[in-house]
Amino acid sequence: MEKLISKYFVPGKTFSIDEYIADGGYQAIRTVFEKLDSASLIETVKKSNLRGLGGAGFPCGIKWSFVPQNTGKPVYLVVNADEGEPGTFKDKYIISHVPHLLIEGIMIAAFANNVHKAFIYIRGEYTRPYQALVKAVNEAYEKGYLGKNIFGKGFGLDIVVHRGAGAYICGEETGLLESLEGKQGRPRLKPPFPAVVGLFGCPTVINNVETLSYLPFIINRGAEWFASLGSDKNGGMRLFSVSGHVKKPGVYELPLGIPLREIIYTYAGGIRDDRRLKAVVPGGLSAAILKADEIDVGMDFDQLRAKQTMAGSAGVIVMDEKTCMVRSLLVTMRFYAHESCGQCSPCREGTGWVHRILERIASGGGKSKDLENLSDICSFMGGTTICALADGAAMPLRSYPQKFKEEFEYFIRHGKSMIEQGEEVSA
Amino acid sequence: MNIFTEQFKKQADEVVARYETKRASLLEILHLVMETYGYVSVEAEEAVADYLKLPPMDVHEVVTFYTLYYRQPKAKTRFNVCRTLSCSLAGSDRLIKHFEEKLGIKAGQKSADGKCGLQAVECLGACEMAPMLQVNDDEYVGGLTKERIDELIKKYMTS
Ligand SMILES: Cc1cc2nc3c(=O)[nH]c(=O)nc-3n(C[C@H](O)[C@H](O)[C@H](O)COP(=O)(O)O)c2cc1C
Ligand code: SF4
Ligand code: FES
Repeated sequence: MEKLISKYFVPGKTFSIDEYIADGGYQAIRTVFEKLDSASLIETVKKSNLRGLGGAGFPCGIKWSFVPQNTGKPVYLVVNADEGEPGTFKDKYIISHVPHLLIEGIMIAAFANNVHKAFIYIRGEYTRPYQALVKAVNEAYEKGYLGKNIFGKGFGLDIVVHRGAGAYICGEETGLLESLEGKQGRPRLKPPFPAVVGLFGCPTVINNVETLSYLPFIINRGAEWFASLGSDKNGGMRLFSVSGHVKKPGVYELPLGIPLREIIYTYAGGIRDDRRLKAVVPGGLSAAILKADEIDVGMDFDQLRAKQTMAGSAGVIVMDEKTCMVRSLLVTMRFYAHESCGQCSPCREGTGWVHRILERIASGGGKSKDLENLSDICSFMGGTTICALADGAAMPLRSYPQKFKEEFEYFIRHGKSMIEQGEEVSA
Repeated sequence: MNIFTEQFKKQADEVVARYETKRASLLEILHLVMETYGYVSVEAEEAVADYLKLPPMDVHEVVTFYTLYYRQPKAKTRFNVCRTLSCSLAGSDRLIKHFEEKLGIKAGQKSADGKCGLQAVECLGACEMAPMLQVNDDEYVGGLTKERIDELIKKYMTS
């Protein structure tokens, strides 16, 4: 399989600006400056079928076409490098190994949307990637690739790197904007959408690191080529983060639409200790779980949605036959209970309540009504809140007990796991 | 203590200059406080509020919302062990217990002498290294085992 972004993932290496240029880097932005205008660039990105790779999968070119250019206000670009969805670690690879690819992508997106200032919001725990990113931005300024009048073409762009401070909810785009404005990361009601009223009340484009990092390839090799790599309406490739019980966890760059089975068995080496596969979370913690007999699905936004789950952030978490699903769901729901920002009661109360019920079940005190209660809580949690965190929590909460019913019933009835494990989850 | 020394103020001014509003610089200013002083004291909160011309409550709310701002002097060596799904599948619960036994503190606590702190944290974006932890808010260490933990404790606690 040809590698695009991941060809730069050389262990221990960060490509400097000169190394990146020697490899053909910053050619795409020169092409953009010389041959394209904003409208034709947006058209190109639309044709490429590039989807938003942060999780929602919204077509990138279409999102850009919503940005009003006549408000008299500046347009901002905000780069989402918060990478908080459990099971996802690909943006860290881009930033650590080839930050200039991201910077070039930012330049292209900025040119398309008439942006002259971009903010990169990077999660606070990424200390070393942050250092690599700041260094790269400085290199770009020193070489005249950022700042005023880049390459003498009359286009100026500034990039500010901004650190988060440890809150999953700041990955949600409007929580992120609040945080960037110096507030608690509490998501905003939409509409208005950030494209219209975003950062400092101005039109704002928000894109994930990986989405932007594919732009140079699209310019260099063409929108049709990129679209043809993937599946119907799902252009190109993406970085799958594979973890859990596989022999070779890591980041694999593969075409959209590739069967999940291939990712697990061909690329990630199959299941550790040659055990049997039990279940897979296909798109980050917030995606509904799939059983072992459901892995022939094509990994793109539309095919996974048709299976009532989601492609999300492409974080593939693999579980073998020895995994206790009650405990896995407990660990999952503990995360949401911890990360809910608390402003909507269905989310705040629901995630906390579910966490407590699961904790009680896992410590042997399950009651016969518990499954019914969990299902009721689940139905009031999803779809009624300001942001999609609650929907994300509802996905595993609905799918685990549905697909592994007998295991949940056993645990409740016998006060212990059906799967030999004998380990406790700490509260 | 006046946290806004001449040098600190100069650094803070540079941060503020990057942003459209003073308030937008708040998270980075607080990071600067963390880097310089190790934690955000109540006095530091007030000084930052004063400097950014914000109500102290606005600063306080932000400090308490985010997990990376410590409100007490931080332990000298800090082990933040990931407990989320990929790490949990790789045995993080057992490893957190091992840490607790070895350090004689519970997750979420700091030792009485301030030498070490242990926290169970949510996914650090390094699930390929599971089970993993972050030491001193910096280095990631993966492939943890009980033996590896004993080595880490020795390495960081004696240096
Ligand atoms: C609770 C929650 C957490 C999110 N976390 C992230 C994240 O860490 N990184 C990211 O890029 N997108 C995240 N998103 C998606 C963003 O809201 C947004 O869709 C994305 O940044 C848009 O960029 P894209 O179109 O390039 O994908 C999250 C969404 C939700 C609801
Ligand atoms: S759904 Fe949850 S996380 Fe999202 S805004 Fe409401 S309370 Fe906050
Ligand atoms: S689950 Fe531990 S780093 Fe992601």
